[in-house]
Amino acid sequence: MKSHLLELSYLVGSVTFILGLKLMGNPRTARRGNLIGAAGMVIAILGTIFLYEKPISGIVVGLIFAALALGTAIGWLTAKRVQMTQMPELVSMFNGMGGACAALIGLIEYPNYLGNPAALLAILAGVVIGSISFSGSIVAFLKLNGTLDRPLRLPYYNFINTVELIGVLALTFWLWQAGPAPCPLLYLLLAASLLYGVLFTLPIGGADMPVVISLLNSFTGLAAAFGGFLYHNYAMLTGGILVGSAGMLLTLAMCKAMNRSLVSVVFGAFGASSKTTVAAASQGQGAVKDIQPSDLAVLLNYSQRVVIVPGYGLAVAQAQHVIHELETLLESRGVQVKYAIHPVAGRMPGHMNVLLAEANVDYGKLVEMEEINPEFERTDVVLVVGANDVVNPAAKNDPGSPIYGMPILEVDRARRIIVNKRSMNAGYAGIDNQIFYHPNCSMFFGDAKKALAELVSELKSLT
Amino acid sequence: METALNFLGEHLGMVYFVVLAIFLGVEVIGGVPTVLHTPLMSGANAIHGVVIVGAIHVMLHADPADTPVLVLGTLAVLLGTLNVVGGFVVTDRMLEMFKKKK
Repeated sequence: MKSHLLELSYLVGSVTFILGLKLMGNPRTARRGNLIGAAGMVIAILGTIFLYEKPISGIVVGLIFAALALGTAIGWLTAKRVQMTQMPELVSMFNGMGGACAALIGLIEYPNYLGNPAALLAILAGVVIGSISFSGSIVAFLKLNGTLDRPLRLPYYNFINTVELIGVLALTFWLWQAGPAPCPLLYLLLAASLLYGVLFTLPIGGADMPVVISLLNSFTGLAAAFGGFLYHNYAMLTGGILVGSAGMLLTLAMCKAMNRSLVSVVFGAFGASSKTTVAAASQGQGAVKDIQPSDLAVLLNYSQRVVIVPGYGLAVAQAQHVIHELETLLESRGVQVKYAIHPVAGRMPGHMNVLLAEANVDYGKLVEMEEINPEFERTDVVLVVGANDVVNPAAKNDPGSPIYGMPILEVDRARRIIVNKRSMNAGYAGIDNQIFYHPNCSMFFGDAKKALAELVSELKSLT
Repeated sequence: METALNFLGEHLGMVYFVVLAIFLGVEVIGGVPTVLHTPLMSGANAIHGVVIVGAIHVMLHADPADTPVLVLGTLAVLLGTLNVVGGFVVTDRMLEMFKKKK
């Protein structure tokens, strides 16, 4: 009886995961979808504990609840307190925790399933994939929060990585075939997998980070599914496979938005070649012009159509509220203002939408790349705030550029281009931007929040 | 080859389940606007936290005298909880911002 109820709780869990994910695909129902998924998760967790057939010892129950309580407290507080800009790295961090959990399960269960090849394979796969997901996510986390800010490449890293991967696979196969093996070898596999996660993520350039996080997310789903296979647990299977396949599709969709193949993201085209491009580009370019807030205020005040291009710099400076203030002020003066959202602006697709939504920017003002590009010709002023690579014309006309082929916002077709930047440093991809030297372009130097606040006060004094 | 076929025969139900779930995952995500990619990724991240069910399972089966297993198991439950709770709460925070409009 109890075990049937348990299966029922897993069925309910599985259905809520599917339903939740489906509802999350629409802005109107997304929040409800997330809550439904969470409710299903609670049911599955409580079911697992309270519908367990055999008597459980007090110490085990105590430990489980202690871990649940501690995890809930830390997870809840971290998630509630973190700044909107730090969301991407937080997602990466939580993803890593899931991967580690899957790897630990495999580590513990390994000695218990030695005679069962199918189960053993699921366990080993869980250990390998979970560990890669864990260490990879931690590296991604460190990269996104700036601790590791440059792609780090060992010489011949592709060769080293491939050898490492073959080593991991061979060891997995050996452990699987050899049957009862001494446990130290399992730890060797764990260490090798963790190392591979690090090697895999380290050389990947900053602009590709969202793709990697999504890929690792999909990996953790797969690791969870192997756990479900081991225990014949359908809630774990549904959740894991669903996330595995959906995550993979999401990863490919992100690659497509950047016009990069998954292979080139993973094996890297950013890097060695880009250095020469920077060196070549920074020589022989003309000087840049800069513009003062008072002049810019006048320019914007007497424009008819203004398009704002937000980027990660806007997020870092927390300038989403002041940009909304600028937008409403201009609208009140009869200027039409829109936001041009590049699919990979910021650190994750949709990052800018989330950020601007926080500042109450009207949803209808956010225009996607394909729709806004034809409009630039009729635009008086484009204000680029903290974005760089997504407006770099090198993506269109320099086949040697590492971002060549990525669709960009064609701001050079507008009458005037104003770029707000802190300094002349290269963007996240580490390459120079010819747009700064465009005859119609002026630089508006300064931290986005401060500079825009200055601009807003200049605008207010204009009437 | 023979072992692979035997395996398929023994686990046919589960293999079907996996194949169908893969297609379901693709269907469920298909056609989602770019705007929702980040929250969706975050939501999916929370859902694979279901791995915690496995961690709890490990704990329930564990011999209460086996300290190393209890320590690792508790750690696994803790990490899984972080994944689940953090994942859902972060997703909710992102989506909350969309809701204010309209």
